[in-house]
Amino acid sequence: MIFNPLNNDMTSATELHSKRQYDTYPLDSKQLIAAYKVMRLTRLFDHKCIALQRTGQIGTYPSCEGAEAIGVGTAQAMRSDDVFVPYYRDQAAQIVRGVQLEEMLLYWGGDERGSDFKGPRQDMPNCIPISTQCTHACGIASAFKIRHQKRVSVCSLGDGATSKGDFAEALNLAAVWQLPVVFVINSNQWAISVPRHRQCAAKQLIDKATAAGFTGVQVDGNNFGAVVTTVAAAIARARAGKGPGLIECLSYRLSDHTTADDASRYRQKRELEQARQQDPLTQLSAQLRARGEWNDSLEAELNAHCHRHIDRAVANYQNTPIRSAESMFEHLYAERPAQLDWQFARIKTQELNDE
Amino acid sequence: MSKITLLEAVNMALQYELQRDSNMVLLGEDIGLNGGVFRATANLQSEFGPTRVMDTPLAESMIAGVAIGMAVQGLHPVAEIQFMGFIYAAMEQIVGHAARLRNRTCGRLSCPLVIRAPFGGGIHAPEHHSESTETLFAHIPGLRVVIPSSPKRAYGLLLAAIRNPDPVIFLEPKRIYRAVKHTIANDGHALPLDSCFTLREGRDITLVTWGAQVMETLEAAEVLAHKGVKAEVIDVATLKPLDMKTIYSSVAYTGRCIIIHEAARSFGAGAEIAANLAEHALQDLKAPVVRVCGYDTVMPLLRNEHYYLPSSRDIVTAAEKLVSFN
Repeated sequence: MIFNPLNNDMTSATELHSKRQYDTYPLDSKQLIAAYKVMRLTRLFDHKCIALQRTGQIGTYPSCEGAEAIGVGTAQAMRSDDVFVPYYRDQAAQIVRGVQLEEMLLYWGGDERGSDFKGPRQDMPNCIPISTQCTHACGIASAFKIRHQKRVSVCSLGDGATSKGDFAEALNLAAVWQLPVVFVINSNQWAISVPRHRQCAAKQLIDKATAAGFTGVQVDGNNFGAVVTTVAAAIARARAGKGPGLIECLSYRLSDHTTADDASRYRQKRELEQARQQDPLTQLSAQLRARGEWNDSLEAELNAHCHRHIDRAVANYQNTPIRSAESMFEHLYAERPAQLDWQFARIKTQELNDE
Repeated sequence: MSKITLLEAVNMALQYELQRDSNMVLLGEDIGLNGGVFRATANLQSEFGPTRVMDTPLAESMIAGVAIGMAVQGLHPVAEIQFMGFIYAAMEQIVGHAARLRNRTCGRLSCPLVIRAPFGGGIHAPEHHSESTETLFAHIPGLRVVIPSSPKRAYGLLLAAIRNPDPVIFLEPKRIYRAVKHTIANDGHALPLDSCFTLREGRDITLVTWGAQVMETLEAAEVLAHKGVKAEVIDVATLKPLDMKTIYSSVAYTGRCIIIHEAARSFGAGAEIAANLAEHALQDLKAPVVRVCGYDTVMPLLRNEHYYLPSSRDIVTAAEKLVSFN
C-alpha cells in the first residue's frame, strides 16, 4: 500500500498524534507561545527571502514553509551546548539556536560569512550534499562520548535523504557505538519532484532504525507539542547513554523545493490545499486561542515585531560590504601555503583593475 | 634505535603521537586487535584501548564522515582506508566536506584529520588493490596530499600530517612497505610538509618522482652514474601543495627533466609539473620535459602488472635519450 499522510486508509499523522496523547505532556503556555512566536518569525522571514530572491537580492533559496514546528520543536528540545547538524531547510531550528537572520541572508545571498555563526559556534553549517551530514553527527557524538561530555548531536534531514547510504551507515554506526545522537527526519513527502512513496517502499522511514537495531518514533510534524516532547525524550535518552534516536516527523512541504523549482509541474493543487489545512502555525495558534492565550491583537503585535526584526536583518545584510576578491584564499588552509602566493597576488591585482 | 621498515615507521609515528596528543584517535576497518591488514596499527589498540583505536563497521564513506565530525570537535582523527581502491566511497566526504569546511565557515570550524591509505601496484594484489589515483585528491583545493617514500620520511611526514591543522591525504606506497630499513630515532621529530626532498644531486638531468617509484628512480640514477650521467633525484613527497621551487632550481642547472609516476599518464601529476616547467622555466630547458608513467589503461591484474609499472630500465632509457637531445 502506498503511504500517503492525506489518505485516511492509512494511519494519518494526526491520528498518530492523538494515539500517543502528546497533549498530556506538561507543555505550559509560555513555551507554546515562545514556540509560536519563532514559528511566525520563521514563516515571515521565509516569505521575505522568497521575495528577495524574486527581486534578485539573494540567490536560490529553499523555503521551509511547513517545517516550522519540526525545526522549533527540535531546537527547543536541545541544550545550548548540544550541537545541531542541519541540512538546508532548517531555518526554524537555526533561529532558535541563535543563528542570525542576516547570517542566513548572507549565506543564501552568496557570502561565506553567513556560516560563521556568531551564536552557536559549534553548530555545523547547512549541509547541501544530501544526507552526508548524518555521519558528521556520529563523529561529533563520538567526540562527546570519548570525552565523557553529556552532550548530544542532533541531525536533521529530509525524507529523500533516507534513501542514501550515508543515512544507513550513520544509523548503523550510531547503534553499534551507542552514540548520543538523534536524527530528526522532516518527512515532508517530497524530494524535489519525487513523492514519498516513490522514495521508499517501507510504510515508515523509522523502520530503518529497526534495521540498525534500535527503535524510531513517528510523530505529527505539524504538531509542535508532539515534536518537542518526542525529540526531548530521545535527547534525554541519548544524553543518559542509552543510544541513538530516530524521529520521523510527518509533514508536508508547503513550498516549492527551492525558488528554482516549480512544484505545480508535478504536484496536484488539491493535495497542497489539503496539506495547508494542517499548517503547523494554524494548529498551534488555534491551540493557544482555545486556551485563551492568544488573540488577534497579540497576533498583530507579533507580526509587527517580526517585520521590524526582519527589516533590520535585511538592511544589515544589504549594508554588509562584499568580501574582497582575495578572501577566497583567506580560510582555504590555516596558513596560506607559499605555493599560492602568486595566485593571491594575482587576484589582488585583478581586483584593483576591476575598480 | 633499531632499523625499521616504512610500515614499522608508520606504526612508530602513530604510537608516538597517540602518546603525545590525547586528542588523537585512530579509526578504520580491522585496525584494532588485528592491527590493520598490513599491520600498520599493530599493538596500538592494546596499548591505547578501544576508545582511542577504534574498529569501525565496514563503510568507507562513514569512516571519512565520522572522522570529519570528530575533527570538527577538536579531536585529531587518523582514519585508515584499507586500500586506495576503496577510497572512492569516501570521496564525497573528502571533497565535499573535509576540504572545504574551514573555508565555508570562514575558519569557525576546521578539519584537522589524516586519511591514510596504501596505494600503488607491484605486490600481486587482487583487482582494485593496485591503483595510483593520487591526482584525484591533488586536484582538490583545501587538501594536502602527502606520499612518503622511505621509513624516515614516513615517520617524519606522518607526524607532520597529524599535527597539521588541515585535512591530509596520506598515501603509503605499499610496494615498498618492507623494501628497506632505516635507523630512525623515535624522537617525534616531524619533517616539513609542502617541500620536495632532493635525494641525490646531479647536474645532468632532473628525475622527479614520488612513492614507490622513488626506489626505481634511485636505482636508475645509480645505473646512469655508471654510464657517466649524473642524475638529480627529487622526491616530491607533498604532491599538494606542490613545491615547484625545488624543481625549478634543479632544472635551472640540468635543463632536462623526467617525471616518473605509476599513475596513468593522461592528466596525471606529471602533466602539472611539466606544464609548470613550460610556463615558468622554459628558458632553462635544453630538451622537452618527458614523462615515464603508467599507461592510460586499467591496471592489469597481477600476472601482467609488471608491464604496466614503470621500471628503472624505462627511466634509464628515457634519460639516455634525453641527455643526447640537442
